[in-house]
Amino acid sequence: MRESKLWFWHILTAVIILVLLGLHMGIMHLSAILNVLGIGPDDPTKSAEVFHRSQQLFFMITYILLLGAALFHGLYGLRSMLFELSLSKTLEKFIGGLCAVAGFALFVYGSYVAVAVFQLKGV
Amino acid sequence: MSGSAAKDSTVIKTVRFEVLRYNPEQDVKPKLKQYVVPVTKGMTVLDGLTWIKEHQDRTLSWRSSCRMGICGSCGMFINGLPRLACNNQIVHLHSDVVVVKPLPNFDIIRDLVPDLESLFDKHRSAKPHLLRKDLAEQNHPTGEYFQSEQELMNYIQFAYCIKCGLCMAACPTVATSRDYVGPQALTQAWRYTMDTRDDGAPERAATLYSSHGVYRCHFAGACSQVCPKGVDPALAIQLAKKDAFLKAFGLRKQRQATPVLGPVRDWTPKAEIPKAPAPTVTRK
Repeated sequence: MRESKLWFWHILTAVIILVLLGLHMGIMHLSAILNVLGIGPDDPTKSAEVFHRSQQLFFMITYILLLGAALFHGLYGLRSMLFELSLSKTLEKFIGGLCAVAGFALFVYGSYVAVAVFQLKGV
Repeated sequence: MSGSAAKDSTVIKTVRFEVLRYNPEQDVKPKLKQYVVPVTKGMTVLDGLTWIKEHQDRTLSWRSSCRMGICGSCGMFINGLPRLACNNQIVHLHSDVVVVKPLPNFDIIRDLVPDLESLFDKHRSAKPHLLRKDLAEQNHPTGEYFQSEQELMNYIQFAYCIKCGLCMAACPTVATSRDYVGPQALTQAWRYTMDTRDDGAPERAATLYSSHGVYRCHFAGACSQVCPKGVDPALAIQLAKKDAFLKAFGLRKQRQATPVLGPVRDWTPKAEIPKAPAPTVTRK
């Protein structure tokens, strides 16, 4: 049932991506509407605003969560597509392993960046 | 005598059959050959092929048997869709050209004869039979396995599969991945998993939930669209996914196979029901 668990996470991460990307789109591209409601910065793409968000705990957690969800969802999707090419079992195992290692490495690196920027408080 | 000869023999119109011909011993690649066929009322594509064989080309090969949509032998790719040649009338195709090719996603043995070995290999991998722990009861039955009408209704549509291979020919995933178990075998795996008399769900999970099982389905729904018996393989695949999800969260437990009902005692037969005939084979 390993494949069932992977598929479940694939669906769950799709939902997470939908919510977090919606949040991202709202903040980055709907600032005019948010300003009318009295929330959000004037220009969210300014570097000061980007730093400001990155140094809030909520956004740091959000970035790490989105990174993990996007990596898992994307790499599982890539693995699924490659598995449809009628590859040998050995190659399938190699691709599965490569996706896991690459995903983990990118997640650690991305999380490190998010945490490092968060800790730059006062810059 | 062809099937059409027994019916109304008035020629309604003539159509051009374009049939894919391929003899692996002679041809480098398959090629289309044309035949002009007079169409009579009720004439099926299979009748048309039979007419060609009787009147124009004796070497044309295909596979067919029952001529009534039961055996599933005459699956072909007719005017762009996998169909049974025996239950598709030529006039219902609404075309003056009938293009007939062997089923896609299978190797060609000759002309319109596909090699269905992969279909049956995958079908066998689904363990399409009751799996139970009571081997003694199966070898020497003492009664019937209980099953309610509702329990039967839960899987009966999937049991109508005639193994014609049309769903496999229509499936876009089978077209690209030879390892994909495919809609036919997955549906049969689900059909027996749903059967309350069966106890083999864990064994069948190896096929259903493998890396080439239900999760590779793209839900194109082509399998359900082309099935000549009204089976909905896409539904079976989605139900199998749902079952795995519910079991993963403990929302559905693995059920036990239904018990054996003892022989019925103290019953009076209804007078209007005729008595069963004497058995033709007696046990020694």
